Amino acid sequence: MSMGSDMYRQQILDHYKNPRNCGEIEEPTYTHAGENPMCGDEIRIDVELDDDEEVIERVAFRGDGCAISQASASMLTGKLQGMTVVEMQELDRDDVVDMLGVDISPMRIKCAVLAEKVVQDGAKIYEGEADLDKTTTEDDE
Amino acid sequence: MGLQQSDALDVERVREDFPILQREFDGERLVYLDNGATTQTPDPVVDAIADYYRTSNANVHRGIHQLSQEASIAYEEAHDTVAEFVGADGREEMVFTKNTTEAENLVAYAWGLRELGPGDEIVLSQMEHHASLVTWQQIGERTGADVKYIPVTDEGYLDMDAAAELITDDTEMVSVLHVSNTLGTVNPVADLADLAHDHDAYIFVDGAQAVPNQPVDVKEIDADFYAFSGHKMLGPTGIGGLYGKADLLDEMEPFQYGGGMIRKVTFEETTWHDVPWKFEAGTPVIAQGVGLAAAVEYLEDLGMENIRRHEERLAGYALDRMSEFDDIEIYGPTRAEDRGGLVSFNLDEVHAHDLTSILNDHAVAIRAGDHCTQPLHDELGVAASARASFYVYNTTDEIDALLEGVDSARELFA
Repeated sequence: MSMGSDMYRQQILDHYKNPRNCGEIEEPTYTHAGENPMCGDEIRIDVELDDDEEVIERVAFRGDGCAISQASASMLTGKLQGMTVVEMQELDRDDVVDMLGVDISPMRIKCAVLAEKVVQDGAKIYEGEADLDKTTTEDDE
Repeated sequence: MGLQQSDALDVERVREDFPILQREFDGERLVYLDNGATTQTPDPVVDAIADYYRTSNANVHRGIHQLSQEASIAYEEAHDTVAEFVGADGREEMVFTKNTTEAENLVAYAWGLRELGPGDEIVLSQMEHHASLVTWQQIGERTGADVKYIPVTDEGYLDMDAAAELITDDTEMVSVLHVSNTLGTVNPVADLADLAHDHDAYIFVDGAQAVPNQPVDVKEIDADFYAFSGHKMLGPTGIGGLYGKADLLDEMEPFQYGGGMIRKVTFEETTWHDVPWKFEAGTPVIAQGVGLAAAVEYLEDLGMENIRRHEERLAGYALDRMSEFDDIEIYGPTRAEDRGGLVSFNLDEVHAHDLTSILNDHAVAIRAGDHCTQPLHDELGVAASARASFYVYNTTDEIDALLEGVDSARELFA
């Protein structure tokens, strides 16, 4: 049962209670939303890219849901500032788990990766590489 | 953990039949409160299944040899045992299915698709499980029949005045839960059966949360169809029961086709076997049938009235304990006697999935999510809830352990 107990370390709870980069960007380069129907987690992320649209300058999110999904969004938005779009698209599940710094139990991994999926899908839609209204983490894990 | 005698059941004795309950996680004894999802399996049931495989395993119905005869008799008699348990006459009124969901689909496909059309109405309730809600929604879409929902009151009961308005001469099928798997509400299914029959409609009762927890008599309810799942009543997974009135099942066309369900086959046409075999195409759930019959015998030994009293006591205790806290919202009726043995709730500021993960750290197993009632959760205005559900081996000490776990979540998120 150690998996679960590690999930709610101080860092996660701190980001959940005091989310960073929480809010909106007035004129984002792109904005995208997603949900994790299992938990009912919802997240919308606004991204502002530099003039060349290569580097992430600002990220903001707002959402509602479990501590894992919201803390993950808070931490990810911090990590993304200054990252290139290419680097951002290379992030995977392991990177998210590393970032959270805790073991995520298998049933909760969808909560953890929601923000990552939303920001990646949003960029793909903006670049015309994907066509979807909303990201969902229901079946693709 | 100190075990106390229940008024109704010798819980300490019962627990000896469930070795899984001795499991420990990081030194903490398992507290299993997810019985609404599935119950644990007692040794006598495990033994019955193992004995069947060790001594009598064979395919049924077609064999002349001794083993096949033994397997056939055991499987057929299992139908009678299960039938009598819910007040049905015998095997001619008891079809073995995969689970309650398949029973719902059986009636929806075999009866609904053939008999329903535009202008017809199917009446469900807002607290319906997806097993019936999604199934009849699809049948409605395919036949043109309308689906209507009996509303749920703020107190967690079906609005029976609205039901009387909604069930009309256009109604062909009423499908309702006997006991809500989310709110815990015990619904007045006999009254709903009367309403349905007043308008020449049939009633299908989903008894998945009722048959395990209280005496059920399908004839007293006057249900036309009544379904339940084996794994929620100490039996194995992969088997459920569908009661249907003998004449109805006899008139109905089959659900699935294949071996075992036929009387005579030519290249041109086929005639059907008798009920229930007509509805059990292919090699059926033989070992599961033997296991379910053993589970029924185990429950009968405990006594369903005793089980009902035990559940009511546990639900009442959980309601009382939870009511001490302003930050716990409980869903469903506040009176334990109007409930099955389950309590769904939310802790302020802590998502049900976080709460359940933290309880898991304390070896307390409960469920969190929408419990296959998403539309009901929309009505409740929450995405998810936590649900503790009790059974014959649970104690008030275990409910205290649940509350202690809730308290540690409260502290963590404070």
